[in-house]
Amino acid sequence: MTRSFRTVLARARETALMMVGQPSYAAYLEHMAQHHEGHPPMDAAAFFRDREQARYGGKGGGRCC
Amino acid sequence: MTLREKIGWGAMSLLGACALAVVAFQRGEQVNALWIVAASVSVNLIAYRFYARYIARNVMQLDAARPTPAIRRADGLDYVATDRNVLFGHHFAAIAGAGPLVGPVLAAQMGYLPGTLWILAGVVLAGAVQDFMILFISMRRDGRSLGELIRMEMGAVAGTIALIGAFAIMVIILAVLALIVVRALAGSPWGLFTVAATIPLAFAMGIYTRWIRPGRIGEVSILGVIGLLLAIVYGGQVAESAIWGPFFTLTPVQLCILMVGYGAVASVLPVWLLLAPRDYLSTFLKIGAIVALAIGIAVVAPPLRMPALTKFIDGSGPVWSGGLFPFLFITIACGAVSGFHALIASGTTPKLIASEGDAPFIGYGAMLMESFVAIMALVGATILDPGIYFAMNSPAAVLGTDAASAAAAVTSMGFAITPEALAQAARDVGETTIISRTGGAPTLAVAMAEIFSNLIGGQAMKAFWYHFAILFEALFILTAVDAGTRAGRFMLQDLIGLVVPSFRNASAIGPGIIATALCVTAWGFFLYQGVTDPLGGVNTLWPLFGISNQMLAAVALILATVVLFRMKRQRYAWVTILPAAWLCLCTITAGLLKLFSSDPKVGFLAHASKFADAAARGEVLAPAKTMAEMQRIIFNDRIDAALIALFLGVVVSILAFGIRTCRAALKVDHPTVSEIPPAMVPAE
Repeated sequence: MTRSFRTVLARARETALMMVGQPSYAAYLEHMAQHHEGHPPMDAAAFFRDREQARYGGKGGGRCC
Repeated sequence: MTLREKIGWGAMSLLGACALAVVAFQRGEQVNALWIVAASVSVNLIAYRFYARYIARNVMQLDAARPTPAIRRADGLDYVATDRNVLFGHHFAAIAGAGPLVGPVLAAQMGYLPGTLWILAGVVLAGAVQDFMILFISMRRDGRSLGELIRMEMGAVAGTIALIGAFAIMVIILAVLALIVVRALAGSPWGLFTVAATIPLAFAMGIYTRWIRPGRIGEVSILGVIGLLLAIVYGGQVAESAIWGPFFTLTPVQLCILMVGYGAVASVLPVWLLLAPRDYLSTFLKIGAIVALAIGIAVVAPPLRMPALTKFIDGSGPVWSGGLFPFLFITIACGAVSGFHALIASGTTPKLIASEGDAPFIGYGAMLMESFVAIMALVGATILDPGIYFAMNSPAAVLGTDAASAAAAVTSMGFAITPEALAQAARDVGETTIISRTGGAPTLAVAMAEIFSNLIGGQAMKAFWYHFAILFEALFILTAVDAGTRAGRFMLQDLIGLVVPSFRNASAIGPGIIATALCVTAWGFFLYQGVTDPLGGVNTLWPLFGISNQMLAAVALILATVVLFRMKRQRYAWVTILPAAWLCLCTITAGLLKLFSSDPKVGFLAHASKFADAAARGEVLAPAKTMAEMQRIIFNDRIDAALIALFLGVVVSILAFGIRTCRAALKVDHPTVSEIPPAMVPAE
């Protein structure tokens, strides 16, 4: 597998996850490390559940007819 | 622009003009669907390159260096600077739903030309402008929602009026979507079994992502899709089984009761159990099916069998009543311009956009993509034999119930078809009948089966592809019903909270249950009305939906105009005034006709008084069979009329607020807009 193909694949995966409201966990960890040192970040499962609840449980509806 | 670019765009314009000329002027012989596709692709690309850029540079004066909410308020959760291609996917998946698939199918009764031209002109000048402007406005205000934006720029009263309008639209959307599912699944054991199978399947997926392998969406989706395919294959046998076949053969009224019960239960279950896992399936299936349809149309290159214009442009069509103006422009809502997108463009997307420079691609571009989906749906409906199209989409009151009466009725419309051809078309897709399967979704499913079976599997696979298409449409409609009921509940809690503040508490159980029950009752009422309507319901509900959706678009564009005036950019405000004026004209004309037209097929009040007069004389008019049914028809008509009056009230009052705010802004010599200043430091 060439590198560019792997990048495309990773991008496609990221897009698919974003379509169902799951932002990048790696980006979240990076943000926590940069801005909130000392606050332990959520683990992957907790992050997933938090985002799931935010997309589907909260206000907003989120999608069109 | 370099010389090479000039030559390239010149060639593109030439191609677009030629394709449009073929689509518009070719008569007598069949036009290939690829001409419509070519016209739409080139129009969209040219609009994106020139008009979107004009709006970005001159009207909005976007500044790529200005921090977006995702930068200013970055939290790794809601506010995340996201790659533009990834965000495009997110935004497109959120705006593309059943609307752009159904409207164009219904509009095909007037031929392919009116729908094509409206989709192209509508998206370029109205729909994409609206999405882009609202995204821009929300992006400059920390990603606030449409209701809050209207309150900020036009005052609290206007904000509340818009909120009431948005709730009414939600109710109508849910009713019409549920009705489409009911029409597609009634008397179809194969279809109903596969759709019902998605519920336990989603439960299993939910448990898997909750406890077994948390967060593994990819894995669980692949398992889910395998489950779906098995359900479709196995559904054929279930339909033929002597025990299970009749069990899954339900009448529209039974399905209506199930839908309402489903909506009530599903919207209070934990989201991870049903809503989230089924959303994975419906989202990925939706994107997959759209891509497959595009490939299919490109490879198969089917000819259009519907004429460019049918005689029904005079308003006498069986699918929906009313003339080309204004009713075509409300029948194709999503795909040309959809007010609902204003809610999405002021939802999660503005919180994720990394740079203002990405806004044209996301806001304008994703809507162009959606209009392309609408074009594909129009192509789907018009490659079918018109005889089949009208047999599927005319109400039972026109066709009767068997193939012989339907074929005779459709032939007398001028589209010759034999009873054998209708029976064969039903057998091909594994159904007992396709007569009067209104609502657009089954028609599109037949078209998709036609295209896909040409690619893979031939005639033998047609029934599989038909039920695949029905499943794909039903799946995301059910997800929308479930998510929409939740959203409607919160809207209602907000609205009631204006009077009873304690009702706002999102986590309190009492208000939540009351608001959910009210919301389900509201859309359930319209669904039941549609299901029991002898004209098929789509006839009544789709115009209500179209008017409400276009009205919300008018409201959004009025907001955009107000913002431009308050930014002191009124010389560019024609960009939003033009589509806002057109939408106001269409929705107000359509609303007034629906209220006051003396033709009982169009006007609700004329229809009500026709039945009330007969009832007073003691007569029972067909399709009612009893006096009680007469009374119900009269009551329904008056409720529909009241709803139209509410929509008219919303659009007229927002228009008045908009004009007042613009005039106030003109008197001031400096911008009065409430944007977050560019130099504002991050919130933390």
